Amino acid sequence: MLLTIFVLACFVGYYVVLKVTPALHAPLMSVTNAISSVIIVAAISYVFVAIIGNSRNVDLCSWLGLGAVFLTAINIVGGFMITKRMLSMFAGKKTQNKEK
Amino acid sequence: MILYYVSTYVSLIASVLFILALRGLSSAKTSVNGNRFGMAGIALALLGTQIPVYFANLDINLSSALTTILIVAVLGGVIGYIIAKKINMTSLPQLLAGFHSLVGLAAVFISLASFFCIYGTQSTNYDSIRALEMVLGATIGAITFTGSVVAFGKLQGIISGKPWRFKGQRQINILLGCCLIALIIAFVIKQTPELLIQTTILSLVIGYLLIMPIGGADMPVVISMLNSYSGWATVGIGFSANNTLLVIVGALVGTSGAILSHIMCKGMNRTLVKVIFGSFSSQNESSNTHDEQSHRNVKLCSPEDAGFILQNANSVIIVPGYGMAVAQAQHVIKELADELKSRDVSVKYAIHPVAGRMPGHMNVLLAEANIPYEDVFELDDINHEFGQTDIAIVIGANDITNPAAKDDPASPIYGMPVLDVEKAKTVLFIKRSLGSGYAGIENQLFYRENTMMILGDAKKVCDNLIKELKDR
Repeated sequence: MLLTIFVLACFVGYYVVLKVTPALHAPLMSVTNAISSVIIVAAISYVFVAIIGNSRNVDLCSWLGLGAVFLTAINIVGGFMITKRMLSMFAGKKTQNKEK
Repeated sequence: MILYYVSTYVSLIASVLFILALRGLSSAKTSVNGNRFGMAGIALALLGTQIPVYFANLDINLSSALTTILIVAVLGGVIGYIIAKKINMTSLPQLLAGFHSLVGLAAVFISLASFFCIYGTQSTNYDSIRALEMVLGATIGAITFTGSVVAFGKLQGIISGKPWRFKGQRQINILLGCCLIALIIAFVIKQTPELLIQTTILSLVIGYLLIMPIGGADMPVVISMLNSYSGWATVGIGFSANNTLLVIVGALVGTSGAILSHIMCKGMNRTLVKVIFGSFSSQNESSNTHDEQSHRNVKLCSPEDAGFILQNANSVIIVPGYGMAVAQAQHVIKELADELKSRDVSVKYAIHPVAGRMPGHMNVLLAEANIPYEDVFELDDINHEFGQTDIAIVIGANDITNPAAKDDPASPIYGMPVLDVEKAKTVLFIKRSLGSGYAGIENQLFYRENTMMILGDAKKVCDNLIKELKDR
């Protein structure tokens, strides 16, 4: 089931990214970087699982999970912010040209 | 049960939002909204997965864990915010390499956590498929991590941008690759923590060895490749956590990076294998022999001469390259273009796919300087126009303008698509020195009849050109 979804998502990704204009390749990279940090979801759930499941390695497991939460949080906020900054530069010009 | 459905639908909506975020990038107009879709997607994903926990069993242990997680996440978020606000647009390639390394390291942490969570409890063994997914997440994550750190160091100038090679490199890489496969298989069968950690360490080493031999000019490929890896690492984690959303996002990111790598490779007429194992290695000797005979016939030109030529031009195409980024000359270029435009000269910009150090690098810098979108053209759209152009100004670019790629089958870059700048009536080549580019290849353009070289820092030269023009 997951494999089906995976293959279909690859196709969707392929056709969507082909449409991206070359001028916006830099924001494309930063936004994909930001959204790949969605793994923060898994990091959080492992911290919980370690506690609920009374794992023998609660400490190790929660530290690893928390470390991952920290790293991905930097990435999510940083990634979206830098994308926003870049895009506002591209979009800012549009309005200027209209004024001219 | 209801909660399960809620979280399924939430991740479905989040996936759609992520697809819309990428779709938005098809034009500058829709892209800002696209970015908002992306943020909404992450927010939904965070809420959606946590809903079951909120309602299911919110005992004291969990709520204190939740507080810790929140504190850590906010701390990370603030750091990310500061970095993204403060960073100079010129350092964008380094920043992205750094961000990729974080995704890689996080993927390693999560894979290890997923193993140690269960390890030692009643259900000691995973089925082999889950074990495979887990170890793959750790492997790809580790390679992404060290690879990105090396790429970061090279872009930042901490590590030399020159390819690092030694005898038998290829053999060692192949040997280590085989070891890695053997370790992965061993882990899937035995599932001991030692094997998992050994696999991770070996992957870290391989990531380092994989990127060290790659030179600065190939960085656009490397960055997009690492972008792709971070996606595949996400997929690995998605499979092992049995999370649809992560698999979808990982697939989107992975294919996106793969397409970018492909475009970059095409821009350099090289295959991915050649970039990794290197084909520029042998050109050092050949370029040295060139040096002896070649300091002939270079026409150096002063800013005054250049000002005179520019004054009489009707059309100008500016070709920016990495040198423009280093000198941060984009704002001065804009001033120069404005000065020319005020004299009714048409000014356009030609951007080669691999100009700079990452995909779209030049476009971002030109956008930062408020250069209108409509004046900026891609290789295929502008190449035919050089023939009808009075002046092509090459600023800090080199290999992407080298006519040897078209007519010298012996050249290492033969076959690479290049900008036909030599077809312009005059080429003004602004460059720090007569040295060869990152690929270490002589640019034949220097010795052409219609090429005028202006040596110096791109920013200072442009400043002088503006002064010269204004004086006239």
